[in-house]
Amino acid sequence: MTTYPEDLYYTKEHEWVRVEGQSATIGITDHAQSELGDIVYVDLPQPGATIEQGKTFGSVESVKAVSDVYAPVSGEVAEVNQTLATNPEKLNEDPHGEAWLVKIKLTAPDEIKQLLSAADYQKYIGA
Amino acid sequence: MDTAVSLKKTPLNAVHRAAGARMVDFGGWDMPVQYTGIIDEHQTVRQRVGLFDVSHMGEIEIRGPEALNLVNYVSTNNAAKLKIGQAQYSGLLYEHGGFVDDILVHKVDDDHFFLCVNASNQEKDYDYISTMNRGFKATVEFAGDRYAQIAVQGPRALETLAKLTRTNLAAIRYYWFADGEAAGIPARIARTGYTGEDGFEVYVAPDEAVKLWLALLEAGQEFGIAPAGLGARNTLRLEAKMALYGHEINASITPYEADLAWIVKMDKGDFLGREALAKQQAAGITRKLTGFEMRGRGIGRDGYEVQVDGQPAGWVTSGGPAPSLNKNIGLCYLPVGLAEPGRTIHIMIRNQPVEAVTAPTPFYKRAK
Repeated sequence: MTTYPEDLYYTKEHEWVRVEGQSATIGITDHAQSELGDIVYVDLPQPGATIEQGKTFGSVESVKAVSDVYAPVSGEVAEVNQTLATNPEKLNEDPHGEAWLVKIKLTAPDEIKQLLSAADYQKYIGA
Repeated sequence: MDTAVSLKKTPLNAVHRAAGARMVDFGGWDMPVQYTGIIDEHQTVRQRVGLFDVSHMGEIEIRGPEALNLVNYVSTNNAAKLKIGQAQYSGLLYEHGGFVDDILVHKVDDDHFFLCVNASNQEKDYDYISTMNRGFKATVEFAGDRYAQIAVQGPRALETLAKLTRTNLAAIRYYWFADGEAAGIPARIARTGYTGEDGFEVYVAPDEAVKLWLALLEAGQEFGIAPAGLGARNTLRLEAKMALYGHEINASITPYEADLAWIVKMDKGDFLGREALAKQQAAGITRKLTGFEMRGRGIGRDGYEVQVDGQPAGWVTSGGPAPSLNKNIGLCYLPVGLAEPGRTIHIMIRNQPVEAVTAPTPFYKRAK
């Protein structure tokens, strides 16, 4: 049984976000990687790009299909996880940890309030 | 998910669920797409032996003195050439030359043919053949409910199945079959498959399917057997360039366009679609199924546009990673003049042209 860390916020589109002051780290959930299956490509924006809550900012492609990744919160991309370009399978192995997607500088921190808690997210996915 | 209630189930459904398989709606059937992972299962079949539940596939039995005449009229290959115990890949065409379905024709006896057809086409095929039977008076039976089908595929498939049967498997040549038994169950054992590997497709009564499945898993344990889902079945067949109905072939595609001229026997007498095919043969085809390999990052998938020199030129029919080749591959339709291997093409992936190159097929051929 996967545990969904209590210190993360979640979306119904299966992204997570960890907030640290004015910065946030964004990834996709274990449920998302599991539904996708073997991940073969991860497409992410460049540092400096702005992302907007609810809008797609990248995509994750598995053997089966390609899925958009939606921004849980708005901000400016500060760092992109380079590991995923060469080792996309990391996303299957450690989606809540090592395989984060991007780090951003938050531009609308209040948006966090609209996200789900770990408990709510688990209820949502029926876990 | 509650939607599964209305889906059709194979006799192995509970076994898949208990094994933790991810189930999907596949043409109205609740089927396992993967157990551990598609790439993993793909490699298991290429290197060892994999087990597939393909009980969703349809069966149609044609019997009587007119059976051969009916089969030869509705299908493109020449069933008159089959010997008892032999099978052939064939096309079931509309008058206009497009595919109703692609099928396997098994000759059980001089007056008995056994057809294996695609799951989602089985009712359509049965209706179509029944309509055509009016001029023949053979007996056409919809037999999908009387058979479960389990495919044992991979280099260790023969050794696995051999532990469960007295039937001499080595004596069954590729595209031949024998009626025998497996795990004490009466079984039709065919040396056929949809993976590009050696292997067998075993037809048994539905209420015996679980027993055979479990016996095969146990027998294959020493060879590293594992169940494989529809996901791996797709990557395996794509590497081997085997057509999938609804992708490479459909009602508007002819065998000549699909690079399947070898299943059309124009000299065998009249058959459905013959006239249209003769015309196309005389005029020449304009588009052709062509392989490609991605050069840029991404996977060209079903339905994506193909461009040549910046102009729309065709569409992708299937695409995905080729785990055995460490490349991303696909099949597409291109104008005949642009279809030779080695041409740079672009696949429109999410509105961006991504470079690919046309490639010889099949992408994968097993060492004999």
